[in-house]
Amino acid sequence: MTHQGKVTAICAVLFVILFVGSIVSRRRVEAVNGSQATLDEVLYLPSGKSIKKLSLGYSSLLADIYWTRAVQYFGAQHIGSAAHYELLSPLLDITTDLDPNLIVAYDTGSIFLSQKQPDGAGQPDKAAALVEKGIRANPANWRLYFTLGFIHYTDRHDPKAAQLAFQKGSEIPGALPWMKAMAARMAERADDPATAASLWQTIYDTTKDTGLKDTAVRHLTSLRVESELNELERRTKVYFDRHNAYPEEWSDLVRDGLLRGVPVDPNGAPYTLRLDGTVRVQNPKDFPYLERHKPPAK
Amino acid sequence: MTSRVSAITWNTFREAVRDRVLYNLVLFVLLLVGSAPLFSQISIGLEKLMLVNVGLSSISLFGVIIAIFIGIGLVSKEIEKKTLYTILSRPVRRWEFIVGKYLGLLLTLAVNAILMAVGFYAALLIFVHGLTAADAGLLVAIYFIILQFMMMIAITLLFSTFSTPIFSAIFAFALFVIGTFGNDLKNLAAMSKGANKWLITTASYVLPNFASLNVISQAAHDQSVGGQMILLNTGYALCYSIAVTVAAILIFERRNLK
Repeated sequence: MTHQGKVTAICAVLFVILFVGSIVSRRRVEAVNGSQATLDEVLYLPSGKSIKKLSLGYSSLLADIYWTRAVQYFGAQHIGSAAHYELLSPLLDITTDLDPNLIVAYDTGSIFLSQKQPDGAGQPDKAAALVEKGIRANPANWRLYFTLGFIHYTDRHDPKAAQLAFQKGSEIPGALPWMKAMAARMAERADDPATAASLWQTIYDTTKDTGLKDTAVRHLTSLRVESELNELERRTKVYFDRHNAYPEEWSDLVRDGLLRGVPVDPNGAPYTLRLDGTVRVQNPKDFPYLERHKPPAK
Repeated sequence: MTSRVSAITWNTFREAVRDRVLYNLVLFVLLLVGSAPLFSQISIGLEKLMLVNVGLSSISLFGVIIAIFIGIGLVSKEIEKKTLYTILSRPVRRWEFIVGKYLGLLLTLAVNAILMAVGFYAALLIFVHGLTAADAGLLVAIYFIILQFMMMIAITLLFSTFSTPIFSAIFAFALFVIGTFGNDLKNLAAMSKGANKWLITTASYVLPNFASLNVISQAAHDQSVGGQMILLNTGYALCYSIAVTVAAILIFERRNLK
């Protein structure tokens, strides 16, 4: 073998070994650091506005990077069922400071922020502030008013503020007529589960975020179960009025013609009938958003 | 063999000094001395923080600029001036030439960084009126900056073996910027699916990652870096820079210099 051949062979082997070594050590560094490493710097940054000044005109590109970081951070915390999302709000703030027209950051980001745990950070006030910031920067975007109304209604439990948001949004040219209907609905029957279902259905139909779509499905399923539980309890009350006693089994209601068979939840598990005529789900964990039929807190 | 490599190393270092590379130290001192009094006026209670940020960022940036602008000419300049033929006509192997050049520039940048570090600590002593035990942690940040230099020199040397100086500078600078966002590339891979995921993951391992070597923010906030992290980052920087240098040798060995 010539000298050049020897050197080439040795170098090729060395290169492969070292390159694999670099990958292994890099993976170990990532394992120690976690995805948090890049994000921790957020804690030290004064504001997105200062980053914008330093971005030399490439603020949109940086905004995209920060939005990716926000999604990644949210996903990591969500998968790990974390109790804290302290970096989410600063990340979204920096993103929207860098690119005030990045609608997805207000729209989806605010829902990440407002959702109750385990699906979100549980910070509806910060979420509403973020969307209001988006509206100030993008006053012609009716969709942001929808998001604001949605947050006020579902997580801030403030139907009046929600009504105002839907109303203002409906006045923007191009807004869906549905916005006006939703404003009226807020004023008339804010407590109706159908109102909440309609809002979640809109989120499901319009969002491109698969995680948010899943959340919407879980909410819609919980609302459906809530509605079924209400109806079943109404029928046990009818039975009580007839017999002056609550039914002991579902078959009692079937015999009375109030039911056609044993009622089951969307997962196929039979609902549980209790002695006081109330009805519960067998597996409350399958329906994390049940409000009135939650098992008592331990 | 060792004497031939060390001769090229020493010669590269002397050439860099003759090229007045170390003049950047004057600029560094001026920057620190000039900006420190300003910090006390514009940022109440943040003098030290600002001084650490400006000092460490300058050490890093000056070094990277030197690595790029000297690194790109390490091979091509020798070919252009025809001095390479004189060197290779002696009993010097091509790989010895590359290794010598690499070590020479590394020595230049290490000396430069050490001198800057001395100036930086002096500035801390003067403007912040004393040093604390936590300030020793700043040395880890400086060490990581030197690890970054190791990788940057290898990258510029690689481009220098087959490309023109201007393109080498562009490619090296682009890799530096991409490497700074190395962790984001990995995050992007985690969010992608299918072929995209595979492609981005591969790219994230092939391209350098400078993000985990940048601990300036932590150092400025007196947050220590664990021993394991120092060890792993050292391993990564060593493996990556030697692998890239080996790639440079592979290309240079097969290059037709006639």
